[in-house]
Amino acid sequence: MSSMTTRAAPPSTQTSASATGLRGLVADWSSDRQTFHVAWGKAMMWFFLLSDTFVFGSFLTGYMTVRMSTTVPWPNPSEVFALHVGGADIPLLLIAIMTFVLITSSGSMAMAVNCAYRRDRVNAARLMFVTAAFGVLFVGMQAFEWTKLIMDEGVRPWGNPMGAAQFGSSFFMITGFHGLHVSAGVIYLLVVAVRLLRGKYDDPLAAASQRPSPGGSEQASGGRALAHESKGHYQIVEITGLYWHFVDLVWVFIFALFYLW
Amino acid sequence: MHPTSDTHAGQQQHPIGLYLKVWALLFVLSTMSYAVDYYHLQGLWRWGLILLFMLLKAGLIVAVFMHLAWERLALICAILLPPLALIVLVGLMASEAGYVHLTRLLFFR
Repeated sequence: MSSMTTRAAPPSTQTSASATGLRGLVADWSSDRQTFHVAWGKAMMWFFLLSDTFVFGSFLTGYMTVRMSTTVPWPNPSEVFALHVGGADIPLLLIAIMTFVLITSSGSMAMAVNCAYRRDRVNAARLMFVTAAFGVLFVGMQAFEWTKLIMDEGVRPWGNPMGAAQFGSSFFMITGFHGLHVSAGVIYLLVVAVRLLRGKYDDPLAAASQRPSPGGSEQASGGRALAHESKGHYQIVEITGLYWHFVDLVWVFIFALFYLW
Repeated sequence: MHPTSDTHAGQQQHPIGLYLKVWALLFVLSTMSYAVDYYHLQGLWRWGLILLFMLLKAGLIVAVFMHLAWERLALICAILLPPLALIVLVGLMASEAGYVHLTRLLFFR
C-alpha cells in the first residue's frame, strides 16, 4: 500500500521546496515533470543521436559545398573504389560488401534487443558479440580501403592525382568520423554484452522494490527510477542498439551521397 | 503494421520475423542502389533512385530497428523535426556553392 501512495503522488512539492544545491537545481528545472515517457537513458541516447545527426549533416553539407563549387572535375568514386577481381574491375565492390556487413550487424543487433525484451540474457549477449564481430569486420575493411587509397592511388587530404583536391579531405573526414563511431560502438557493445553476461543488469529490481520508504520519497523515487532502468528489461541493450542502428543509418547516407553520387 | 503488443511504455514485443523481413528488404534496397551505379544510370534517374533508396532504407532503420514507429508522438516529433533545419542549411550552402563556382570560373581560369 505504501508503494502505491508513493507512485500515485509524485514528490513534486517536497523535492523542489526542500532540496538545495545541485539537487535542488535539477529538481527545480525538471519540476518532477516528464515530457518523454521513456527511460531517461533512452531519451538521452536519442538526444545524443540527434546532435550527432547535425554533426554528420554538417559534414555532408560541407562535402556538397566543396563538390559543387570546385572547377576541377570530381574523381569518379565508382572507379576510385573499384576492386580488381578475376581480371576485371568491379565498381564499388568493397563498399557494397561493407554496406551488407553493416546492415547484417544492424539486423543481429535488432534481434539482440528483441532477446533483451524477452529477458533472454544469454542470447542477447551472444547476438551483441556477433554484432561487434561484424563491426570489427567493417572497420577492418575500411582500414584496407584507406590503405589502398593512400598507398596505391595516392589520395591525400590536400590532393590526389585523379581530380579535385577536396575529394581527399571530404573522404577522410567523413568516413574517418564514421569509422570512429563504429569503433566506439564495438567497444560499447562489448562492454554492455560482458556486463549483461555477468548479471550486472539483473538484481536491482528485487533490492529496490523491497525498500518502501514513505518519508524519504526522494530516495524511493530514485530507487524506482534505477529499477525502471535496469530491472530485467535490460533497457541498456535497447539503448546500445539505438547507437548501433544510428551508425548504420549514417552509413546509408554516406553510401548514397559520397560513393554513389 | 505487424502484430505487436506493448507490454510496457517503450517496451515492445515483435515477432522475430519482422526483423528478418526488414533485414531482407534492406539487403534488396542496397542491392538496387548498387545496381544504379553498376548499370551506369545517369542524370535524373541516377540521383532520383539513389535518394529514393537512401530514404527508404533510412526510414526502415529508424522506424523498425530503432522502434521509433512505436514511440509516442512527442518523442517522434522531438527526434524527426529538428533535422529538417539541415534542409535549410543545404539550401543555403547550395546557393553559396553555386556563387563560389561562378566566381571561380570568372577569376581563376
